[in-house]
Amino acid sequence: MTWSSATSERADAIVARYPKPRSAVMPLLYLAMHEEGRLTDEGMQEVAARIGITSAQVLAVASFYTMFKREVGRHVVSVCRSIACHLLDSQAVIDAVADESGVPPGETAADGSLTVEAVECIGACGGAPAIQVDYEMVEGLTPDKARELVRWLLDEQPDLVRSDEMQERFGGQRSFDWGPDDPAAALGPYPAFAPFGTVGGGS
Amino acid sequence: MTEQILTTRMDAHPSDSHTLSVYEQTGGYQALRKALGMKPEEIAEEVKVSNIAGRGGAGFPTGVKWGFLAPAQPRYLVINADESEPGTFKDRQLLERDPHQLVEGIVISAYALAANRAFVYVRGEYPRPARRVHAAIEEARQAGYIGEDILGSGFSLDVSVHLGAGAYICGEETALLNSLEGLRGEPRIKPPFPAVEGLYGKPTIVNNVETISNIPWIVTNGGAAYDAIGPEGSKGTRLFSVSGHIERPGNYEIVMGMTWRNLIYDLGGGVRGGKDLKAWIPGGASAPWLTPEHLDEPITIQACARLGTMLGSGGIVVMDETTNVVAAALSLVRFFAHESCGQCTPCREGATWLERILERILHGEGRPSDLDLLLDVSDNISPGLKWPPAMTTICPLGPSAVSPITSILTHFREEVAAMVGGEVAAGV
Repeated sequence: MTWSSATSERADAIVARYPKPRSAVMPLLYLAMHEEGRLTDEGMQEVAARIGITSAQVLAVASFYTMFKREVGRHVVSVCRSIACHLLDSQAVIDAVADESGVPPGETAADGSLTVEAVECIGACGGAPAIQVDYEMVEGLTPDKARELVRWLLDEQPDLVRSDEMQERFGGQRSFDWGPDDPAAALGPYPAFAPFGTVGGGS
Repeated sequence: MTEQILTTRMDAHPSDSHTLSVYEQTGGYQALRKALGMKPEEIAEEVKVSNIAGRGGAGFPTGVKWGFLAPAQPRYLVINADESEPGTFKDRQLLERDPHQLVEGIVISAYALAANRAFVYVRGEYPRPARRVHAAIEEARQAGYIGEDILGSGFSLDVSVHLGAGAYICGEETALLNSLEGLRGEPRIKPPFPAVEGLYGKPTIVNNVETISNIPWIVTNGGAAYDAIGPEGSKGTRLFSVSGHIERPGNYEIVMGMTWRNLIYDLGGGVRGGKDLKAWIPGGASAPWLTPEHLDEPITIQACARLGTMLGSGGIVVMDETTNVVAAALSLVRFFAHESCGQCTPCREGATWLERILERILHGEGRPSDLDLLLDVSDNISPGLKWPPAMTTICPLGPSAVSPITSILTHFREEVAAMVGGEVAAGV
């Protein structure tokens, strides 16, 4: 497939910002995920062509990093299992998410709605146990609140996922005072970052 | 009263500390104006005099690191915002709540280092911090603090955010540089160090977010004023992340030299639910644990070294009396096994074997010989099981997987032994 003109322009601008084009491989992999909702062979070939390296070289990079996903649902629910979350019983949150969604950790729902994963430290230790949805943070979860969060994703199927809104509805203890709301929202299972064109909701 | 350098603005302006207008209203970018009137080497000298040590984990003196920068051009400044060490969430707060403090530090540091290009490498799981620092960079660009001929000084600098994609190892500075070059995030063999051959083979300084966030204060107040804060060898304030079984988790900016008892009980409110303290990790997942007999030791780089551990990344994880130490060690070891880049056999295989042995002990399938087996595998990763660790690997990730093993077998050997072949102990 060929990228949309908006994505192509974005890709050109990103490549131009680096002293060497190859540095753009990771940002362009995010663009490829945004374009197709997940990483595909065609997406990696597109990245390779734009940078002037082989698709095998792109695959070597993509396969090193957990956030470049070839199989992923519309939303990715990442439950932290590292030490601070572990001590505050993240396992119960992982179990609740898996049970409510019917998706075991590491897998994607058959209907493509959700990917569920148990992940390593997401930097929310002071608000443990914590979850990210499309890499937007929710801190201070309980198993029950985690179930509500999963139900919200499945029933309301939000197009946009925003951290402050989820924290308000499902969160508790935070690592620190977050300060003012951030209007930016994630559009899919990749980080919401303006240069990637992956931000919705006004930022 | 605890002296504050890094967190004053976010405390005083909780709703808008991240904006350029608040930053400028509170003295922001005055340090840059001052710096641009100084010679680059004068700024580097102030940083050296301050005796600030790197806040990313290794604790290397920043001024000394800067002194290693080779003369070739172009050269680069790279900010390590790949905060991923379990127990650590301080850089996240600095990026979200006071990004201009970091941006001003970047511009000043780049001027001091004669670097015209800087990157901020933010972990992929930190989109909100990345958005905030990206917005701050763009605001600073509009205001003329970044770009061509900054404030008429003749110095030009471009800065941009590079987003990682979920690999802890990219916090190791040479892995970070490989990642930034568009390669797998595998650490490089050193030497050469980045200061000589870094990004694209050019001289490069890689500094942590918290380190560089201190630079505006150091330029404003002078290196000697910074050096006057805190005990010998542990200068300045530090932002510690406190988590786990603690009544009041959070980030605490303190002057080093206070005791662990002060931090855990007075500031942190003590162990959650009034339970007894069993152990704590003093400096992120890589650091060997301390136990209640160490509560009155000072929080300094030197005292930690004497006790065979480190302040590392500043992540303090408190464990109460109910903690199952095998389960806790498994969580830590599994992290390192998962994050091993796979280049070095002792780390790739060793961490995985440690994970499997701990798993079977936890599941009641352990053998009495497993205690010695854990130490034997550990010794193959880090011979002699010393601190600082001996290395068989390119980077310290492998030896980091050994820290939880030596910690539980030094402090809780009987408890582990009781689990081998017997009932699983209660608790998390």
